[in-house]
Amino acid sequence: MSRPLIKLHGITKTYGRSDTAFQALRGIDLVVNQGDFVAVMGPSGSGKSTLMNLLGCLDTPTTGRYLYEDLAVESLNADQRSLLRRHALGFIFQGFNLLARTSALENVELPLIYRGMTRAERHQLAREALSTVGLSTKFSNTPAELSGGQQQRVAIARAIVTSPSTLFADEPTGNLDSHTTGEIMSLLVRLNAERGITILLVTHEDHVAAYARRTIHVRDGLIATDHSRN
Amino acid sequence: MLGNAFHIALREIRRNLMRAFLTVLGVIIGVAAVITMVTLGQGTTQAVKNQISSLGSNLVMLRPGMGFGPRASSAGVPNFTQSDVEALTSQIDGIAAIAPVSSSSLSTIYRQNARSTSVTGTHPAYFGINNWKLASGRLLDESDLQTGAAVCVIGDTAKTELFGSEDPIGKLIRIGKAATSTSSSSSASKSESPYSSSFQVVGVLAPKGQSGMGNQDDTIIVPISALQRRLTGRTSSRDISQITISAEDGADSTRLIADITSLMRSRRNLDRNEDSDFNVFDTRQIAETLSSSTKMMTTLLAAVAGVSLLVGGIGIMNIMLVSVTERTREIGIRLAIGARAREVLLQFLVEAITLSCIGGIAGILIAFGLCYALSRVIQVPFLFDLRINLIAFFFSAAIGIVFGFAPARRAAALDPIDALRHE
Repeated sequence: MSRPLIKLHGITKTYGRSDTAFQALRGIDLVVNQGDFVAVMGPSGSGKSTLMNLLGCLDTPTTGRYLYEDLAVESLNADQRSLLRRHALGFIFQGFNLLARTSALENVELPLIYRGMTRAERHQLAREALSTVGLSTKFSNTPAELSGGQQQRVAIARAIVTSPSTLFADEPTGNLDSHTTGEIMSLLVRLNAERGITILLVTHEDHVAAYARRTIHVRDGLIATDHSRN
Repeated sequence: MLGNAFHIALREIRRNLMRAFLTVLGVIIGVAAVITMVTLGQGTTQAVKNQISSLGSNLVMLRPGMGFGPRASSAGVPNFTQSDVEALTSQIDGIAAIAPVSSSSLSTIYRQNARSTSVTGTHPAYFGINNWKLASGRLLDESDLQTGAAVCVIGDTAKTELFGSEDPIGKLIRIGKAATSTSSSSSASKSESPYSSSFQVVGVLAPKGQSGMGNQDDTIIVPISALQRRLTGRTSSRDISQITISAEDGADSTRLIADITSLMRSRRNLDRNEDSDFNVFDTRQIAETLSSSTKMMTTLLAAVAGVSLLVGGIGIMNIMLVSVTERTREIGIRLAIGARAREVLLQFLVEAITLSCIGGIAGILIAFGLCYALSRVIQVPFLFDLRINLIAFFFSAAIGIVFGFAPARRAAALDPIDALRHE
């Protein structure tokens, strides 16, 4: 249960060049264990989103080493990172990022298409994922026909349909009211507990971070505090 | 991977039918416009060619008038006389046949049917010179000419208009009392016909068809002696508005035209530095004049077609640029959930090709229908040209593919996170 899944060593990220260069991350060392639930907090501009994008293999570090399981992520090219995301990672965004005019079922099926599954397998898995997030009656609804909370549930179903080992959630409740926020967070807690999915969550709200077992504060491109509770 | 790309591309098309329709519309407009314009242009050119060949190959025409072609003027220019015809026959080598022509627009009546028709008085040689074929009955002969017999040979349109389905051979038509002359190069026959007379139909001509020079089949041909004696009256000896000549096979038409010109200049007492007040031209010159105007028209059509193609292309570009924000986000989503850039590009390429091909095929079908209908309306032959169909198809398809694919290429080169944030 406490096997290290993610290891960061001396990660820096610099945007721009020479005079106008901005160093968003200034040397991050971090280990995340398998099955952990980590909240990354910090004021805007602290580098927490940059850290999240690096962890999610959506972006590459300027310097430093990133091991995902035993894979040296910093040396992967764009296609190899795509394949890593496809097979091991899931994403939830603040803005949901569902395909418009596309039914919930088809949105959830999307990652499976790239895995080359048959139609029957896709339907089966997508239905299961939607049922898991409590949307078994909304298969054919398009995003425009769903509430914000329901859209985020579809996004979560899309993220977990491939059975990823890690789920990255970037301000997943930023656009939701407090009641819906509670529902979404409970769902994430359940997925973490029942399926052992490692969750990394970016938030700036304390009550959201409270759902996590471990809270990391990022300030000025460095990890300021790192608290675990048992 | 290709099967997957097809699957995703078709899904995207189905989901965005309006966008797909507008893209396809751009291709359709481009393809249909180009094919229709060029096909009709070629049909018109062919119609002109057909018409020239219907005139006969070694035809030489002599008409009064200054200049030739669009700037021709016949005002106040004297016609020819019977002695001009005799002089040409006896003094010029290389003439196989010669026929003077005197034309008037006269009213023609058969029972309750009355209409104005071009009545041509001429010699029997006229039919051979002008390539007229007989459909039924007989042509005019020398004895008709000598006696000035009240007989006529009628064209296909005149037959249909006057007799309908009735057999006209042996029937009598009343001819005369015309309003105005149609003989454009005639000045002497511009007077009203003072007489009218009954003519017996002895033959019907095979149709030549509609032409740029008017309906050649709407004609009634009588012996020139009968026209002068019975219809127009001999108001002047200068009543021959045109002389048609058939050159001998192998005769040098340039030399023939030069000989005729110099003879006629001396007969019309023209000074060395005066312009000729008549024209001598052969089929080749007619063909050149007509083809210069069809060439102009074809160029115009091509320009219009080019504009349509451009408009179609702008339409495609427009719809692609409008949707680029949404599509960039879509690309970001696909990349984030694990699609590789090349898989996304393949999907967009398949989409663009599919839409362009649908548009291209629809454009070809629409152009086919339009060309078929329009060629009937403007009475030109419908020539299906595979080459222009292919050119239009591939050109429009290329526009569709380039404009559909280029934004996708740019987007797929972005980091997924930048694509997702695209506003």
